[in-house]
Amino acid sequence: MKPNTQQLNDLTTQVRRDILRMVHKVNSGHPGGSLGCTEFLVALYQVLMDRKQGFDMDGIGEDLFFLSNGHISPVFYSVLARSGYFPVAELATFRHINSRLQGHPTTHEGLPGVRVASGSLGQGMSVAIGAAQTKKLNKDSKLVYSLHGDGELQEGQNWEAIMYASAYKVDNLISTIDVNGKQIDGPTDEVLPMGSLKAKFEAFGWDVLEIAQGNNIEAIIAGMTDAKARTGQGKPVCVLLHTEMGNGVDYMMNTHAWHGKAPNDEQLELAFAQNMITLGDY
Amino acid sequence: MKKYTNTGNKDTRSGFGAGLTELGQKNENVVALCADLIGSLKMDDFKKNHPERFFQVGIAEANMIGMAAGMTIGGKIPFTGTFANFSTGRVYDQIRQSVAYSDKNVKICASHAGLTLGEDGATHQILEDIGLMKMLPGMTVINTCDYNQTKAATLAIADHHGPVYLRFGRPSVPNFTPENGTFKIGKAELLSEGKDVTIIATGHLVWEALVAAEALEAKGISAEVINIHTIKPLDEEAILKSVAKTGCVVTAEEHNILGGLGESVARVLSLNQPAPQEYVAVNDSFGESGTPAELMDKYKLNNQAIVEAVQKVIKRK
Repeated sequence: MKPNTQQLNDLTTQVRRDILRMVHKVNSGHPGGSLGCTEFLVALYQVLMDRKQGFDMDGIGEDLFFLSNGHISPVFYSVLARSGYFPVAELATFRHINSRLQGHPTTHEGLPGVRVASGSLGQGMSVAIGAAQTKKLNKDSKLVYSLHGDGELQEGQNWEAIMYASAYKVDNLISTIDVNGKQIDGPTDEVLPMGSLKAKFEAFGWDVLEIAQGNNIEAIIAGMTDAKARTGQGKPVCVLLHTEMGNGVDYMMNTHAWHGKAPNDEQLELAFAQNMITLGDY
Repeated sequence: MKKYTNTGNKDTRSGFGAGLTELGQKNENVVALCADLIGSLKMDDFKKNHPERFFQVGIAEANMIGMAAGMTIGGKIPFTGTFANFSTGRVYDQIRQSVAYSDKNVKICASHAGLTLGEDGATHQILEDIGLMKMLPGMTVINTCDYNQTKAATLAIADHHGPVYLRFGRPSVPNFTPENGTFKIGKAELLSEGKDVTIIATGHLVWEALVAAEALEAKGISAEVINIHTIKPLDEEAILKSVAKTGCVVTAEEHNILGGLGESVARVLSLNQPAPQEYVAVNDSFGESGTPAELMDKYKLNNQAIVEAVQKVIKRK
C-alpha cells in the first residue's frame, strides 16, 4: 500500500526536522542540498522504487539507488532510516565518532542501504552504470537510479560516464540531476557556467525530461513515473529536477550560504516553527 | 644453489591474457573492462569468446574504475585492463573511494609497469604504482615475475574476495616458474636457499636475482633468493626467518626506491630484527626512452647491480 500525498508530506516535514537536528547537533554537514532533495528522496523510496524487504549488497531483483553527491547524507540517512533500513534513533549519531553515519555515506561501516561510498564528487554515475550493466547480465529487469548535483557535473568523470551510457544503450538507468543552481562558492552560473544541461545530455544521446517543480511531491511522482516509462527504449534517462536549495526553511532559501553550514540554536527554533513535528523526532 | 631453467622468453602480459581466457571459461561471473588497449593487455581472446561479458569503455579510465565498482553489485567479478600508469595514478581517487573504501571486488590489472615499457618514455613508465596502491587500506598488491606466474595469479585473484592490484609488464622475459603452478596470495616463494645474504626480489627482478645468486656462488657467497610476488599483504614470517639466518638483505624491484617493496621490507625488519639492507631500485627519478635492456642497465636494475649491492651489504654486517 503506497502512502497518500498527506502521508508523504508529513514524512517530508519530519525528514526536514531530522536534517536540521542532525547538522545542528554536530555543527557541521550540508543542510541546503539535503532540504532541496527531501521531496525527491521521500518520493523515490516511498513510492517510486521497487524495493525488497531488508538489505543485501547485491540488490538482485530490486531497484537500486546511488547517491553521487554524498554531502547530502543527512537527507539520505533520514529517508533510509524512516524507510526501515536502520533504527531512526541512530540518526542521533550522525558525524559522531564510532558511528555508521559518517559525514559522507560509506559501505565501510556496514550501514544498510548504502552500496558505495560517495563524497568525492563525480563518481556515482559510473558506479550506477556498472550496476545497471550487471542487472542486464543477470537478466534482472529492475532499474538503477542515481542522484547528482548540478555543480557536480563540473567533474570530468561524469562526461566519460554520460558518453558511455548512451553509446552502450544503458537504458535501465535514470540519473537525476539536482538543478538548484548553487554550489559552495556561489551560483553555478558564476562559479563555472555550464550552459544548457538539457542540450548537453541530449547531445550526448540521453532521453531528457525536466521536473519544473522539484519540491512538489506530486510533480516529482508524475515526472519520475514518466521517466520510468521511458526506460528500456535504448537510451539512458536523465531527469533535470529543478529544486530550491534549503527548501522549507525560509532563511535558507534563495542563497548558497547554507550549502555546508549548520543552524545555531535560535536558527534551529526558527526552522522548527516552519516544520512542526509530524511523525515524531528521533 | 637450486637452478632454474628458462623455458623461453615470454611477456607477463600474455600470462594475464591466458589467465583471463581460462577464467572466462571457468567462471561466468568474471567480466572484463578495457580502456582502448585490448591488444596491449592481451584481452582479445576474452573479448572474442565472451563479447557479452567484455566492456570496451574507450579512453576513459575513471569511468572504467567506477563502472567496475558498480558491476560488483549483483555479483560480477570485474577485471580492468590498461597500462599501470593509467590504472593507478590517473584514477587514484576513483580507486580510493569507489573501490578500496567501498570494499568492492575489483581486480585492477596493470600492464607496462616500470621502465621496461621502454621507448614511450617517462609519461607511460610509472615507477610509483606499488607505493600508491599499497597505501590503500584493504588493497592486495601483486607483482608477478614471469608468464606462468602471471597466469596463475590471474586465476587466483578471481577466487579472492576484495580489491586487488595485479602488476605485470610489456617485455619478453625468462619464463621459469612451473607451468600451471599454484599461486598463493601473500605467500613468499623461497627460490634458492643460502646463508650469507637474503635477496628479496619482485617482478622482473626475480630472474635477475637468480642470475646474481649464481654469480655470487662463483665468488663464494651463498645467497638466499626469495620471490615476493605479493607486496601486500607481505609475508613477514618468510622475510624474518631468512634474515635471521643470513643477517642482511638486498631488495630488488622495478620501482622507485620510495614506496616500493624495499621500504615494506625495511619496515618489517626495523620493527622486529633490524639488519643491514641495500636497495636495487630507481633512485627517486622518472624514467626515459630507450630499450628495456638499456633502461634496466642505465638505472641499475639488473643482476650486476644486485651482485654489487650484495657485496656492499655483506660488509655492513
